[in-house]
Amino acid sequence: MASFFTTRLFFISLALVVIAATLPLYVSGYVLGLLTVAFYFGVFAMAWDLLFGFAGEVNFGPTFLIGVGAYTAGILNAQFGWSVYACIVLGALASVIAGLVLALPALRVRGPYFGLTTLVAVLMLQNFIVVFADLTGGEIGLTIPDVISINAGVNYWIALGFMTISAAILYGLSQSPVGLVLQASGQDPVQAGALGFNIVKHKLAAFIVSAFFSGLSGALLVFYFGTASVGTVVDVAVGVNVIVSAVLGGRRTVLGAALGAIFLIVAGEFLRPTGELATFIVSAVALLVVLFFPGGFLGAALSREARS
Amino acid sequence: MRAFQILIDGFAISALYALGATGFTLIFGVSGVLNLSHGAIMVAAAVAAWAAASILNVGTYAGALIGVGVALLTSFATYFAVVKPIQDSRRIPNEEKEIFVLTGTLLWGIMIQEVIAYFFTNNAKTVLPIVEGVVEILGVRTPSNEIFTAIVCCFVIALLWLLVNRTRTGKAVLAASMNPRGVTLLGLELTNIYVVVWAIYGILAGIAGVLLGMFLGVSSYSVGPLTASAFSIVVLGGLGSVSGSLIAAFVVGYLETLTAYLVSPAYRTIPALLLLVFVMYIRPQGLLGRR
Repeated sequence: MASFFTTRLFFISLALVVIAATLPLYVSGYVLGLLTVAFYFGVFAMAWDLLFGFAGEVNFGPTFLIGVGAYTAGILNAQFGWSVYACIVLGALASVIAGLVLALPALRVRGPYFGLTTLVAVLMLQNFIVVFADLTGGEIGLTIPDVISINAGVNYWIALGFMTISAAILYGLSQSPVGLVLQASGQDPVQAGALGFNIVKHKLAAFIVSAFFSGLSGALLVFYFGTASVGTVVDVAVGVNVIVSAVLGGRRTVLGAALGAIFLIVAGEFLRPTGELATFIVSAVALLVVLFFPGGFLGAALSREARS
Repeated sequence: MRAFQILIDGFAISALYALGATGFTLIFGVSGVLNLSHGAIMVAAAVAAWAAASILNVGTYAGALIGVGVALLTSFATYFAVVKPIQDSRRIPNEEKEIFVLTGTLLWGIMIQEVIAYFFTNNAKTVLPIVEGVVEILGVRTPSNEIFTAIVCCFVIALLWLLVNRTRTGKAVLAASMNPRGVTLLGLELTNIYVVVWAIYGILAGIAGVLLGMFLGVSSYSVGPLTASAFSIVVLGGLGSVSGSLIAAFVVGYLETLTAYLVSPAYRTIPALLLLVFVMYIRPQGLLGRR
């Protein structure tokens, strides 16, 4: 672990964060707003990668955890008038509970069955939000009266700091003995179990950590947007973006997932002049990366370094 | 009266679901591929049939044929451009191929969806039905098209059953789903079998798509829900089990119709989802699945 602080990856990450932290001094509020969203998405993707890349569980419903966190925070603030920070903490807690509820039945099944269980969870949440429209704002969405800050720079710094801390914790966890056990149980559960590790306990822990960061990030995002809607935090399409980010950036790298998310959102914005074709181009690029560089951006870079 | 109506409407919907899900489960059974571009292929077929009939004025029959043809081509494109490269790739570890196929076909489906939206807009399109008019069955006024849909679905599924169980090619496909290595040892080329399966899949998805376009209409927004419903029906029935998906299609179809008529159309999909979670919990391999 200590050797990490001398690797090139550490210095590059450090340099990137320092450069990113100075951005508000010279770029426009528009760019900052874009990157703020991208950073929260980066946390979604990293949390997903912990579950997929390490625990080997294909979670098709990252937005179930994100949505529960986001809507809990949003509802507590909009309907009950609780303070922003209490709402954010409770949102993250609700997401952890949702993660537990989802994980207990879901961990009984594997592969595509697990994927479907998580997908169904998202569809159920979506139905729930539409049916209980009085509480949740339904399909139109929930307007949230409070925001963390109205200053674009402050919002940007909060998002950057949050992403950096999350990345440090998630990456540290993935490189720790716990991460190794997770990786082993993802690749060969029988053998990992035979070595005396409690696989279910480890996977459950991964689920809880993933849920915590997803929910926290979802809650923060809601207070940045000032609204919670199915289209922004729950829809399956949002979950697809999270998955594509993680695979694009390089699965099993955690940090790559954040890069992938930032790339996806910034590229989508650059392609805006192409109109409706933007999504097509982003999907096509992602498909090419999946086909020709299955390790993703960071995976390709790391393997080149390992070779030289 | 209402009971008959539920019975008839439910049957048509269920038959359509069954047809859509059969191809999906066949591909999984034979090559272990979960094709998440399924909905996109169905919509492509329906939109092609609509465009041929309404813009090029080729007539409803030719339009439907063109729709099925487009689905066949798209299905081959999916196999050769996305699925086969991933399966043959040496850089992807074997145990991760499943997630790569899922991600790849998902992205491919989004690309098809965007192309459709770009050229034909997001508006809902209804393919001109082959048979028109209304007939009265057991005191229920039913569109002839609905009966036609149900009959075609049942006919095609019966044809598929004959193909798989009674022809040499079909038996090879069946054998490949049981033991791929055994088939290659008997001197059959596995790739040829896969091509046959993707052809069958393309035709089935195409027919289902065109019928759906006539019955309910489609838009590029239907892509996700169509894939999701095929996925859940197939998992409910047991992945890879064709008879399981047929049963599951009827269970889901009737459950949705019952809910829509007796409770509210808004809650249509909820009981089916609850049932799915329940079945996954007590019987994770689905109704007729093998592990």
